[in-house]
Amino acid sequence: MKRTITLVLFSTGIALYCLVPFLWFVLTSLKSNAELAAIPPVLIPSFHLDFYRSALHQYGLLHYIVNSAIVAGSATMVTIAIGSLAAYAIARFNLKWTNFYLFLLLAISMFPQIAIAGPVWTMLDRLELLNTYPGLVAAYISLSLPLAIWILTTFFREVPGEIEEAALLDGCSRIQALYKIVLPLAAPGILTAALLVFIHAWNEFFFALIIMTDPNVQTLPVGIALFPGEYTMPWGEIAAASTIATMPLILLTLVFQRGIVRGLSAGAVKG
Amino acid sequence: MKNSARAALYFLLPSFVFVGLFSIFPIVESFRLSFYRLILILPWLGQKMVGIENYTDLVSDPVARDAFGATLLFITVTIPLELLFGLGIALILNQTFRGRGLLRAVVLIPWAIPTVVSSQMWRFIFNDRYGLVNFLLFGADTSRYIAALADPYLAMISIMAAEIWKTTPFAALIILAGLQGISDDLYEAASVDGASSWQKFRHITLPLLKPALLLALLFRTIDALRVFDLVYVMTQGGPADATNVLQFYGYKKTFAEGMVGYGSAIAVTVFAMSLALSLAYLRVFRTSRLQGSNP
Repeated sequence: MKRTITLVLFSTGIALYCLVPFLWFVLTSLKSNAELAAIPPVLIPSFHLDFYRSALHQYGLLHYIVNSAIVAGSATMVTIAIGSLAAYAIARFNLKWTNFYLFLLLAISMFPQIAIAGPVWTMLDRLELLNTYPGLVAAYISLSLPLAIWILTTFFREVPGEIEEAALLDGCSRIQALYKIVLPLAAPGILTAALLVFIHAWNEFFFALIIMTDPNVQTLPVGIALFPGEYTMPWGEIAAASTIATMPLILLTLVFQRGIVRGLSAGAVKG
Repeated sequence: MKNSARAALYFLLPSFVFVGLFSIFPIVESFRLSFYRLILILPWLGQKMVGIENYTDLVSDPVARDAFGATLLFITVTIPLELLFGLGIALILNQTFRGRGLLRAVVLIPWAIPTVVSSQMWRFIFNDRYGLVNFLLFGADTSRYIAALADPYLAMISIMAAEIWKTTPFAALIILAGLQGISDDLYEAASVDGASSWQKFRHITLPLLKPALLLALLFRTIDALRVFDLVYVMTQGGPADATNVLQFYGYKKTFAEGMVGYGSAIAVTVFAMSLALSLAYLRVFRTSRLQGSNP
């Protein structure tokens, strides 16, 4: 009995800690102009959608959503394709230098962004890829590859080698073995890696800020960070845009939480 | 044998291209540029080799020294609290009860929110007129409302609070994975011997959790060292450079002022700090693991 009460108390505390700050922002996005301007603040709004309308029409939010979807979507697809090839080689051939490469990737994933930002910017400038989707996508692919390869390698190692060896003996090529046998069997792992890469690319701000200076190609995080308004911040619209930017991630997280938890701890605890 | 090495090379080649171009080459180039004077707004000066001048300038630059201090302060306050809260959350999530799956999903929410969104959110929560914090502290008494982000100390505390809120779930998940690796038999044996809950926690959980705690410490420290989004959105490094952390200072020097050489010296310093920290932790991690396997 005492245990149940303690658990309920602590669980409620944790849930409030995680939910209240964001809920406050969501409630703000549903206020009317008068409710937003009220001091002290109104806690429960009258559920207006004005700020959503204004964010979409006046501030061109849709545009940022489309840019984010294009960038995060293509970065995820290419990263998973390239990452699967690499992870397959590391998991199956198990050579000394491929294992070393895996640790090199771990080290690279710890680079502070500022340590590579200048040269990345200069290189994209010379290739005339600043303010283009391919430029930002290329940067995201290389930023996400270490995490993707780590997670995929962990999952590929769990796929038993026997079926594949039989297929290889039957004259199946390595690439066919990867696409026809390993990938379907490791589908949950691929989904996890894809989710984490997508969430990372959807949320990334630093490189998006320096690579995309033209508002026409900017992604959601840049749009939300640079929301126009020096003296009076349009808090209602910012809250509405933030809610829209976050909802897909919260849905993905709730639906796939098991896989995400596993993916996040896969690289971490086994390393 | 040779065949599989060549096959592995083909499979890995595409990843080499991206990692080489966007990670290895830039880090080497940053290192090289940190020995040059290169100022984008003064292009006629060109690229001039100046040896370690950028680094000596960095040491005598009072703003850089404050940035170093701000970064260290930020790390030393946020990391212990994140690990403590993370441990608490992990201990609860490791119990079996109805609704555990739901609670685990809820814990993931701060992690999933884009950092820019959570930065705007906390900026609003600390707002001097509409903010939730002022309302909870002072109610309707608006005359006492504080502009936290305009005060050097409170601004630092505000970005720390925002960071802790957002990253505790990650620490909790790593610690939870560690907890799940501890065998139930140990606890049962201890119960038979009449150990109290505290004794079990102190003598079974904590020692066996050490690798997971160290790992969470490592990942969190390296990540906190590169805090940027929060500062950019909430304070722009201010007021009076109070929250001007190193990564933000490096960004400002390189991209706002075009001081590429000097900015690279800051970048290399942040990189060296993160490298030194990783190596130090890995050393401790390895020795603790060895001790763990030969008690």
